[in-house]
Amino acid sequence: MADKSQVCSVWVGSETGILKGVSLSKKQAFNFCEMSCLSRDQEVCVLGWGDEHETEVLVGSVNGTVKTFSTEKGIFTETRQCGESTQGRFTGIAVTDSALITCVETGLLRVWKEGSTDTVEINAGTNVCRMRQNPSQRNQVATGGKENGLKVWDLERPETPIFTSKNVRNDWLDMRVPEWVRDMSFIPDSDKIVTCTGHHQVRVYDPASPQRRPVLEAHFGEYPLTALSLPANQDSVVVGNTHGELAILDLRKGLVRGCLKGLAGGVRGLQCHPSLPLVATCGLDRFLRVHSLEDRSLQHKVYLKSRLNCVLLSSKDLELSGSAVTGDVEEVKEEGGEVDEVWDTMEMINDQAKKRATDEEEAVVPGVEKTTKKRKVVK
Amino acid sequence: MDVVEEHDIQDKPTKKKTKKPKKQPKPPHENGNDSMIEKTEPEHVDAPAEFSFPPTFSVSEIKNKQRRHLMFMKLKQEKRKKKKKERDALGDKAPPKEVPKTIENQRVYDETTVNPEDEEVAFDEGTDEFSAYFNRLTNPKVLITTSDRPRGRTVRFCNQLATVIPDAHVYYRRGLALKKVIPQCIARGFTYLMVINEDRKVPNGMVLCHLPDGPTAHFKVSSVRLRKEMKRRGKDPTEHSPEVILNNFTTRLGHSMGRLFAALFPHDPQFVGRQVATFHNQRDFIFFRFHRYIFKNEKRVGIQELGPRFTLKLRSLQKGTFDSKFGEYEWVLKVSSVLFLIYYQIHVKCCTSKRYAISP
Repeated sequence: MADKSQVCSVWVGSETGILKGVSLSKKQAFNFCEMSCLSRDQEVCVLGWGDEHETEVLVGSVNGTVKTFSTEKGIFTETRQCGESTQGRFTGIAVTDSALITCVETGLLRVWKEGSTDTVEINAGTNVCRMRQNPSQRNQVATGGKENGLKVWDLERPETPIFTSKNVRNDWLDMRVPEWVRDMSFIPDSDKIVTCTGHHQVRVYDPASPQRRPVLEAHFGEYPLTALSLPANQDSVVVGNTHGELAILDLRKGLVRGCLKGLAGGVRGLQCHPSLPLVATCGLDRFLRVHSLEDRSLQHKVYLKSRLNCVLLSSKDLELSGSAVTGDVEEVKEEGGEVDEVWDTMEMINDQAKKRATDEEEAVVPGVEKTTKKRKVVK
Repeated sequence: MDVVEEHDIQDKPTKKKTKKPKKQPKPPHENGNDSMIEKTEPEHVDAPAEFSFPPTFSVSEIKNKQRRHLMFMKLKQEKRKKKKKERDALGDKAPPKEVPKTIENQRVYDETTVNPEDEEVAFDEGTDEFSAYFNRLTNPKVLITTSDRPRGRTVRFCNQLATVIPDAHVYYRRGLALKKVIPQCIARGFTYLMVINEDRKVPNGMVLCHLPDGPTAHFKVSSVRLRKEMKRRGKDPTEHSPEVILNNFTTRLGHSMGRLFAALFPHDPQFVGRQVATFHNQRDFIFFRFHRYIFKNEKRVGIQELGPRFTLKLRSLQKGTFDSKFGEYEWVLKVSSVLFLIYYQIHVKCCTSKRYAISP
């Protein structure tokens, strides 16, 4: 079990309560659960990393329990009861400094400190759809929901949010525009937050600017957008809707850059890889798909027999790509060595002055790399 | 001389049609000259051989379509006989018979095909929205309605469907919104809502919604044949619950659809009624037929088709009750790839036909 979980690079939570680990390099999927005690109220709502080094996966279920799964040991190490099923499903889970932050649909945001039973509670309104943590400032979280605009909270000041968004102006019929925030994400290296709504809008908010209304608004499709993720390079965002349409939108002008094809069911979970141009999606059609963002092609497709609720990508490279890269580097070095032998013979015959310079270089820097430097100098 | 020879060659196909013995007397009959008799004699000798065509002759050079067809049939028969002889001669050492390629056996294996022993799928199905029906906790009760202001054909189709499905009630739509109809149906204990959509006086769509919180399937309906249009049909169906046959619902999506159809009918069929409803899935089209059967003896069965017949094609399967705007879809038919294939095939055909026109 331990070796199986150590290989997995993608973690998926399903509606049947099973945590699935997928190893894309080995093209295998593993179920991590106790088959005897499966039930629908253990349906996985949220997945999150338990720590910085991504050795623990936090699994939040419908019945209010948060289980900790250790990727190194391959077993569930801890179970905590963080609320009851009457309070609603989990909509977000995060970890700061040994404290667990959970948010449920009824708007109750709680910070569970390790060791003590009392919790810091924040009421984030009703009908919260999603809660996300700021990756750069760990004590800031954002919440949003149906008729509940984007609010950014600082956990050290739980009374009022540090940023409350304002709804856009009335439309051309002078009617109030309904708002329904489905998912949000903090843009790194800035204060901005990008949200996707159930009314197929993508909005960017800037708390630093004096206006509380969205700074940018873009539309995509006709169906509610359910998930959103930011790729490694800036200025774009990947969104998915209930019809299985995935699009990459450009945040500079708000135009659609391209669509990713293949999904047949609604997108429930979407995550971009932190460094590679890859995006993993899971949805109601029971498949996990990994697309490449550069050429928008499907790289991997894995059939996992239950409907999937959430996906979690690890930051480590997929092993295939890793080994390929090292192979290329070695070949380059060898080629450099052979060519440099030819250069050596040539230089010795032609120029004595250049030879002296190269000899000095050789003396100073040992190893193969110096030969590549030598070639550049000669040229 | 040349004229005579060609005449003979051209006559030979027709001679094959008529009786063979006539061929031999014919050449001396046509050529009265003594000088010709010498030539006819070698032809006379050649006549029994029958195949003295010039070596470059092929069946496709005969201009007359009927004669060409006959020659080709003869050729094929000869080839088949020859092959059979060779096969029999080899006996046991003959290579095994080749299986012909069909669309069904050339298909790529679908990885979502359900394995009957799969625990996870069994658990999923044991606790999904249909589990109440399959655990015998509820009995089906179907509400059949149409889109607004239906025309005669659709109304008759709905009435016939109500006779086929036990405990089905037909209600006139009167322009009501489905989202408001659904809570009322749930309150009155209905388990299914079936809406037949009509376009240009013909039913062309169906929305089948499983009621408490179940999936909603949207189908395209085609080839509807009402009872009047059925040939050799039996008398009207009785009130007995029919048996249900579900064919080829093998993939995971197929399983969901199969359960959707099965839950329309009561759990226990009344075999006294000898009626059977068949849902046959082939190439993503679901064919519905309703028959009455009778066993003549142990091996022979007679069937009579009653009832309406129609074909369905799934367009989308939505999780939850009918909500086309904000609902989450489990499966959506994406038409773009199909259209691309069609256009590509047309494009290829045009290109190839142009090539044939240009070359002399």
